[in-house]
Amino acid sequence: MAEQGKQEYWRWPEGKWVNPRIDWRKGKIITAGVDVGSVSSQAAVLVDGDLYSFSNTRTGSDSPDSARKAMGIAVEETGLALDNIDYCIGTGYGRVNVPMAQRTITEIACHARGANFMYGPEVRTVMDMGGQDCKAINCDDKGKVLNFMMNDKCAAGTGRGMEVFADLIRVPVWEIGPRSFQIKKEPPMISSTCVVFAKSEVVGLLEKGVPENDIMAAYCSAMAHRIMELLNRLGVHEKFVITGGIAKNEGVVKRLEKELGIKTAEKVWHRPAYKDYPFETQIAGALGAAIFAEAMVSKGKVKSVRKT
Amino acid sequence: MQAFYGFKDGSGEWFVIIDADACNGCGKCVEVCPAHALEVGEDEFDPFSEKHHVRVKEGERKKIRYTCAPCQPGYGEEPPPCVAACEPGAISHSEAWLHAYAKK
Repeated sequence: MAEQGKQEYWRWPEGKWVNPRIDWRKGKIITAGVDVGSVSSQAAVLVDGDLYSFSNTRTGSDSPDSARKAMGIAVEETGLALDNIDYCIGTGYGRVNVPMAQRTITEIACHARGANFMYGPEVRTVMDMGGQDCKAINCDDKGKVLNFMMNDKCAAGTGRGMEVFADLIRVPVWEIGPRSFQIKKEPPMISSTCVVFAKSEVVGLLEKGVPENDIMAAYCSAMAHRIMELLNRLGVHEKFVITGGIAKNEGVVKRLEKELGIKTAEKVWHRPAYKDYPFETQIAGALGAAIFAEAMVSKGKVKSVRKT
Repeated sequence: MQAFYGFKDGSGEWFVIIDADACNGCGKCVEVCPAHALEVGEDEFDPFSEKHHVRVKEGERKKIRYTCAPCQPGYGEEPPPCVAACEPGAISHSEAWLHAYAKK
């Protein structure tokens, strides 16, 4: 990227999973959700409302291609084709560019619904930290949105900001969280709100010879603080959960918990039967969309488009 | 549901807040808005709701501070036209305009 180094430090691991316990051919209703975000894209497939598969991949320069890629990975080697899917809903920043989707739903609604499914009906506040925005959503026990606030104006406090930082400091992005705690004393946070200014502040700290781990701690606490400002207006209620890529960065999450005085819910599936399924915080939006699709088809609100 | 349309940046919080439960979808605010920033449509945040309510147009959300500013100099003395037109009292604005544009 910026330097000639071969390693791209911002690259986070992509993922996919297929449920070995389900045979989709026996399913009555197969629905899918595709969440095309600014940085990452996800697809989730449900068979009769049960999680069948999901994928998590990077968004490319072309939204329809990213949607096809995410969907392709999710159904890879399963024999499941687009023609077998009853209904597909697109969501996220690039939702209007999901070619296989029959309709779109805002990511606010999908994230609340997805988090409700993943973490359980006790969830009241969902914080989605996406690639280029962050959203705070309050919802009820059915995952219905009560109010929300979104900061999509700038990259401060977002996943992309963290990627830029990882690249700058030349540390793989998933190592930033753990390493930000390997410090003697919590350093003062990066003071600039703007990612571009924060970047030059980091360069200044590097020049001064501040240890890398301290700079990571300073950046993580700045990000936690920024997110807290957004949450303050809306109010945070337990159970409080974080979705999106930044949920995986304990450096930000733990500092946010400390500032708020509220713990985030444990990252485990609410459904006991799901306990050995991998828990992927980034799929909440796609999963929510697939759940909406399932509900719409089974309630007869929309017609199935399944061809075979 | 309470919807916050707008943004927050270093200069403050700029949000048009619409109480979707209180809104009756009459559209009077849409008619009086000089910037044509409002529209009545289906509930974007609840796909199962049949009710229509007012919302800020997508293209206006990221520049709402400037879109709404011309109506704000009297803030605190008289409400902006959309707020005045709303019978159920479903529209409000965040305080940043009050601080930035109110008559001193």
